[in-house]
Amino acid sequence: MEKILVGLKRVVDYNVRVQVKSDGTGVETDGVKMSINPFDEIALEEALRIKERGDASEVIVISIGSSEAQQQLRTGLAMGADRAILVESSSSTDALTVARVFKAIIAKENADLVILGKQAIDDDNSQTGQMLAALWGRPQATFASEVTFAGSTAKVTREVDSGLETLEIDLPAVITVDLRLNEPRYVKLPDIMKAKKKPLETIPLADLGVEAAPQIKETEFKPPEGRQRGVMVNDVAGLVAALKDKGLV
Amino acid sequence: MSKVLVIAEHNGESLNASTAKCVACAAQIDGADIEVVVLGASVAGVAAEAAEIHGVGRVVTIEREENDPAIAAILAPQVAALAADYSHVFGPSTAFGKDLMPRVAALLGVNQISDIMSVEGAHSFKRPIYAGNAIVSVEAPTDSTVVATVRIASYTAAAGGNSAGIESAEITAEIPTHTRFVELQTGSSDRPDLQAAARVVSGGRALGSEENFELIYKLADKIGAAIGSSRAAVDAGYVPPETQVGQTGQIIAPDLYIAIGISGAIQHITGIKDAGTIVAINKDEEAPIFEVSDIGLVGDLFSIVPELTDALG
Repeated sequence: MEKILVGLKRVVDYNVRVQVKSDGTGVETDGVKMSINPFDEIALEEALRIKERGDASEVIVISIGSSEAQQQLRTGLAMGADRAILVESSSSTDALTVARVFKAIIAKENADLVILGKQAIDDDNSQTGQMLAALWGRPQATFASEVTFAGSTAKVTREVDSGLETLEIDLPAVITVDLRLNEPRYVKLPDIMKAKKKPLETIPLADLGVEAAPQIKETEFKPPEGRQRGVMVNDVAGLVAALKDKGLV
Repeated sequence: MSKVLVIAEHNGESLNASTAKCVACAAQIDGADIEVVVLGASVAGVAAEAAEIHGVGRVVTIEREENDPAIAAILAPQVAALAADYSHVFGPSTAFGKDLMPRVAALLGVNQISDIMSVEGAHSFKRPIYAGNAIVSVEAPTDSTVVATVRIASYTAAAGGNSAGIESAEITAEIPTHTRFVELQTGSSDRPDLQAAARVVSGGRALGSEENFELIYKLADKIGAAIGSSRAAVDAGYVPPETQVGQTGQIIAPDLYIAIGISGAIQHITGIKDAGTIVAINKDEEAPIFEVSDIGLVGDLFSIVPELTDALG
């Protein structure tokens, strides 16, 4: 195949303990470390491996958001992507709009495969890949833990609740990736230097002419109700007694 | 007036408990008419089970060979066609529902609400974000279909004893052939299903090897529990991925959760915070799992777990 598109979402880093703002208007992102959504890194790693095996000729990374997302795109280029597209949007973008943006870029680039993370660790939605596949009228293989290609088809093993399901899909298609698909490579310093010279195109969201989607409004953010710390027991006898006391054994 | 369509999850033979949990969620919408659709090849038995769920007004069946086993790309156009008669379409936030529902939403031209944990009104809901570190109140537009997944750990299955009518529906939809089922490999286990189990025994990286997980299996079998694990244990290859509990694994709410050798990263905690009672066994008394556990025991799991297994039952 020719081109693989990979989505890179800029999110609060995996290791940050997210705090809700005291006025309930959102979560604190000022001065917080931002990174590529970890699932998207796995998606990019898979695309790079497909290209390195000779099964694809170009890997394009895409992000939608403010100009700050260039950081994540540059990291993607340093990992080995060939070029980057930033679809610039000042407000946060809903999943359906993101799917429509990808569809517009697929048409522009004539892409054969789109690889996305199975969910973003900020909104935990797990929607974009499935929505894109629907709009595109193409197969979706979500939660992938193994992907192999044979001609114009792919076999994808998916992590489902009862075990591992394998689907055969015709290309073009959308694949969303799970944790166990691969381990993303580390970026080396010379690659960061090289990445600065790779093309990064910026397209204003309005220029893609995507239809406005009905918006789900986020009206209030609150911290979760925490569980209370319980009792500590000293030994197995104490544990068994506590379980019996609660009628659990 | 709300009319809610719940997408039944099943394996061709029996209904998954997630369906009755989605019905329980739908029943929180004041005055909602709730109907369940069962898609499959031959679904009389599953439909009969769905008809027993309290609160269900009618069960609709859509039978065609291509619907078994369930493939999102094949089911979605049929669900989207049926959805025209409903104000809401709900599915479970299981692998099945997460795969299917966004595809339905996109076909209907709407955004989806993922993981409803409470219903505040016909169009207002609460859902967790950032691995449960924040709860957001959301409002869906009132002039389009509400498509949502239900966080099934937040709901107790609606009771049985009902006898709703069952009708088959003829749906005109284009069925794609671009996606084909090859196989499903399930762990050949007689243990209870992780999602449905009342008791779960879960092991972490501290077990140290696949062989040592035998300790977890023995305890689980003694008390009839399902097996869970932390991401670290799965990544280390000690247990299969379908056992992983947490933000990116399964979100569960058993009556009893026993966490053994699991430190309790926030991503893990988010998968168990609706459990009835959490027991933690860990050698590190500073482990964050003790912040959320109801009963904690500090010590060496390799001596505690066999002793506990002997002491129970």
